[in-house]
Amino acid sequence: MTETVSIVIVSHSRSVAEGTREMVRQMVGDEVKVIACGGNPAGGLGTDVGQIMQALKDAYTPKGVVVCVDLGGAETNSEMAIEMMDEHMQKNILICDAAIVEGAIMAATEASSGSSLESVKQAAEDYGS
Amino acid sequence: MSHDADMIAMIIDSAAAAIESNKDHLTKLDQLIGDGDHGINMSRGISAIVQKKDELSSLPFDEACKMAGMLIVMTVGGASGPLFGSCLMAIGKGRARMPTNRPELAAMLCDGLDAIKSRGKSDIGAKTMIDVLAPVTAYIATADPFSFEGLRQASADALEATKPIEARKGRAAFLGARSIGHLDPGAQTVTLLVNSISEALENRQ
Repeated sequence: MTETVSIVIVSHSRSVAEGTREMVRQMVGDEVKVIACGGNPAGGLGTDVGQIMQALKDAYTPKGVVVCVDLGGAETNSEMAIEMMDEHMQKNILICDAAIVEGAIMAATEASSGSSLESVKQAAEDYGS
Repeated sequence: MSHDADMIAMIIDSAAAAIESNKDHLTKLDQLIGDGDHGINMSRGISAIVQKKDELSSLPFDEACKMAGMLIVMTVGGASGPLFGSCLMAIGKGRARMPTNRPELAAMLCDGLDAIKSRGKSDIGAKTMIDVLAPVTAYIATADPFSFEGLRQASADALEATKPIEARKGRAAFLGARSIGHLDPGAQTVTLLVNSISEALENRQ
């Protein structure tokens, strides 16, 4: 099996994150690892740096990880989480500037063919926004 | 208790009082131009710090700031977490002791301000907490004569001046011109913290 870039979905809502993952699964398949996370540390709407770090660790491969986010706080908290990862991992994790659902599907489609981290991010941003 | 331990405990108490007693007000402001969770999020962050007050006040200043910053980052759950958290971490960096005079305090706040600008990819005039923290830092650096009353006035004026600004950052930016006329919740939080901490410092003298 070809190694592929993994995807982490970070939404303010766990349901949105999991729904997005479900759409990726159905449209793209299982060959790309997709981790969904969402909700603040108290379980309400928001994002959680600790939870994002765990998702990044679970998804991590040296081939790279793209992070698909919804609104501002998800992006800021994802940036913070990336900075708190081990230094050698940080350069292999990129945030996509794309709509979360469309971006995740485009990223997974591109990743499934074994594309590089940069190409996966680019595909999400070109077609997913 | 050492001077710094005493001060750290006092600042935690004042910050917590400011946030807790205004939690609903902050949430209301955020409902108008944000996503309505600022008060709750800040309260969750400050509660995490209050729970660790004894440990925090036993640490050297830099380590206390780092730990408090991490607590904020890990518990707040909104963009305010990384913003206030990075600010705290930057404030402590390279400072084993608290500032003991105004130039040192201003330099410390400048580092915190830079961290917020860089984390939020923002600057003065975007209707954010920067619009209060920057003038407050400038007042501390340059006011002659300095007074705590003057400091609070500078902070209140700066907060009021966020009203006519059209938001360019955060959820409020989606509202565009409709954000005009409302106070920025993050700026309000900074003002509350400045008021509460400066009153405690003044009463201590």
